[in-house]
Amino acid sequence: MPVRSKVVGIDRPEALEQALRSAFYLADPQLATAAYLALALGKPLLLEGAPGVGKTEAAKAIAAVLGRRLIRLQCYEGIDASAALYEWNYPRQMLAIRQAGDDPVDIYVEQFLIERPMLAALRAPDEAVLLIDEVDRSDHEFEAFLLEFLSDFQISIPERGTIRAHERPVVILTSNRTRELHEALRRRCVYHWIEYPDAEREARIIMMRASSVAEATARAVVAAVGRLRREPLSKPPGVAEAVDWAEAATLLNRQGARWPEAFRRAIGVALKDEEDLAFLAPHLDQIIAEAAA
Amino acid sequence: MSNTLPLPRPVEPFLIFTALLRANGFAVAQEQTTSLLSAIELLGPRSIEDIRRAAFATLAPPAERHAEFDALFRAHFLGEFVPGIEPADSDEEPVNVRDDRRGHEEALLSDEVNEAGQAATSAEALSVRRLRHDDEQEALRQFARKAPTALPRMRGYRLRSSRRGGAFDIRRSLRQALRNDGEVMRLPRLERRWRQRRVLLLIDVSGSMKTRTDAHLRFAHALTRAADRIEVFTFGTRLTRITRALRLRHREQALDLASTLVSDWDGGTRIGDALQAFLAVPRFAGFARGALTIILSDGLERGDPAAMRDAVARLSRRAWRIVWLTPLAAAPGFKPETEALKAILPFIDELGDGGSTEALTRQVMALGRQAKVRKIA
Repeated sequence: MPVRSKVVGIDRPEALEQALRSAFYLADPQLATAAYLALALGKPLLLEGAPGVGKTEAAKAIAAVLGRRLIRLQCYEGIDASAALYEWNYPRQMLAIRQAGDDPVDIYVEQFLIERPMLAALRAPDEAVLLIDEVDRSDHEFEAFLLEFLSDFQISIPERGTIRAHERPVVILTSNRTRELHEALRRRCVYHWIEYPDAEREARIIMMRASSVAEATARAVVAAVGRLRREPLSKPPGVAEAVDWAEAATLLNRQGARWPEAFRRAIGVALKDEEDLAFLAPHLDQIIAEAAA
Repeated sequence: MSNTLPLPRPVEPFLIFTALLRANGFAVAQEQTTSLLSAIELLGPRSIEDIRRAAFATLAPPAERHAEFDALFRAHFLGEFVPGIEPADSDEEPVNVRDDRRGHEEALLSDEVNEAGQAATSAEALSVRRLRHDDEQEALRQFARKAPTALPRMRGYRLRSSRRGGAFDIRRSLRQALRNDGEVMRLPRLERRWRQRRVLLLIDVSGSMKTRTDAHLRFAHALTRAADRIEVFTFGTRLTRITRALRLRHREQALDLASTLVSDWDGGTRIGDALQAFLAVPRFAGFARGALTIILSDGLERGDPAAMRDAVARLSRRAWRIVWLTPLAAAPGFKPETEALKAILPFIDELGDGGSTEALTRQVMALGRQAKVRKIA
C-alpha cells in the first residue's frame, strides 16, 4: 500500500497535536498519533467512544487543520445507499421528458443529479473531509456498502458509468458503540478509542472554549463532572456539557449567586435527563460541595 | 536454495507479536500487520511509546480488551509481566460484566453445575422426571417449529418495494414512464417491511433457581435458533453474555460452551446490580431498545429492592415489553409477596409462569399475537 504524506507541513504526530490545538481542539497524544497515521497511510480514521466525548469535534478540527471543508453524512437506522451517494431528481426528469415531447432528451445528466455526501467527497477528494457520523446507527447492509466504498473509492452510477476519485479522500468515521461494528470495517480503518479527557486536559478544554471561566471554576466543574460520570446515568455529561456548565455557573455567579448555588442552579445544563436528576437529587449538593472544595 | 524469503530481522518482533495476539483471541488481519509495519516506519520510531500507539491504532483491539492488549504488549516488548487483570471473585465486589468474546477465559465450572439438583432418586421420582423431560422436549420441538413466525414483529426502517404500501416509489415510476413515453401506468409503491423485534433474554442462575436453570438454558438455545436478533445473558452475582455460545447449532455443545462462560452458578442473587451493570454498557442498553425483554427469575433479591426497582424502571423505558416469568407463579393462586416483586409490578408488562418449559414456550409464542397490553397497575 502506498504511503503518502498528504499532511502538508505536518510530519509528526506532535505537529498535528499542535495544529489541532490552534484549531481549539486539545487532543491526547494517542489520538494525534492515530489521526496522523490515518492521514499518512491514506486509511480512514475510526473514532469510537461514549457520546459527548468529542468525536465529531475532532473531525471538525482535523478538517480545519487541513484547510478543507467538512462533508457530513449523518447515519441513522435504515439509511441506504441512495441517501449516502446520490439520487436522481425524478420529478424534474419526468417534467423534462414531457416537455421534450417527441424530441430526444438525455435525462441522465448533471442537472438532474442530486449529489449526496459520499459522491460529493469522491468528486472533490482533495478539498473535503468526509465525516460519516454515528455509523453504529446504520444497519449491516449499509456497513457492507460502506466497506465497498472504502476499499475502492469508486461508485458506479449505472446510467453514467464509474466515478472514481483521483486521490483517496480523507474519511473519518465515528461510532458511539451502541452496537459492534463489523470486524472488516475496523480492520480497514485506523482506530482510536476516545476516553473522557483527564482532569487536567478537561480543565484546559473548558478554559479554551469558554474564555469567561476562571481556572478554579473549571477545576471544580471537572471534579464534579468526573464524579457524575461514575454514576449509572442514562445520559452522563459529556465534554460539551462540562463547558456549558462552567460557563453557565460563571454567568450566574456574575449576576450575584454564590458559588455552590450557581453550580446547583445551572445543573440542568450538565444533566439533561429527568431520571438522572431525580436519581442524583439527594447526593448532588454533596458532590458539588466536594468538587468546589 | 529455500523457496521462502527470510524475513528481515527488524520485522520479526512485530510479526511474533501479532501471532501472540492471535493466540490470545485477538483478530488481526494481514492488512493490519502491514499497516502496523508502515506506521512504525512512518513514526521513526523514536520510542517504545510510538510503537505502542501505532499498535493500538492499527490493530484496533476492542475497547473492553484494551487492558489485556496492553498487558500482552508490555509482556512481549518490555518483558513485563502484569499479574492477571481479572478482578477477584467476591460477593462484595460490584457486579462485573463478562462478555463471551474473550479467547482465554479460565474454566470456571463450579462443582454442582449441570446437575438439576434432584435429590430424590426413587423410581417414582425418576419416572416423573422422565415425563417432565418428555413434555419439555415436545414443547421445545413445537417451539422450534412455530416460534420464528410467532415472535413479535415491528415495521423495519428500510423502504422496500411492494405492491401495496404507504409511499410512492418514484424511482420505479420513472423507469416505467421511460418505457411508456412518459406515462405512468401503475403506481409502484414502497413500504416498510415487517421484521422480528429484537429479543433480550435474561436468565437468573442463582441458587434459588437451581432446578430450572438447565431447562432455561435449553429454552434459551431454542429461542436463539428461532429469533433473528437476540441477546442472552445470565445473572446471579455477575452478568455474563452467552449469546455467541448459544448460537452453536448442536444443543449440547452450545450448553457446554455456555456453562464454561458462567461462573456464578447457584450463588446469591443481586438482580438490581446485574441490571444496572447491563444498562451501564451502551452496547447492551442499546440492544434493549425496542426489544422484547424476557426475564426468567423468581425475583428473590438478596440486594436492595430499591435498586432492582430502579433498574427495572429504567429498562422498561427502553424495552418494548418486559415479560417476567417466575417458577413461583406455577402454583395456583400465586400473588407476588416479596417487596421486590411488588415494587417492579408497575414497570413490567406481564408476570407469568416460568415453572415449566411448556409454560414458557406457550407464553412467549402468545406474545406475538397480543395487542399492546396495559402495564399491570
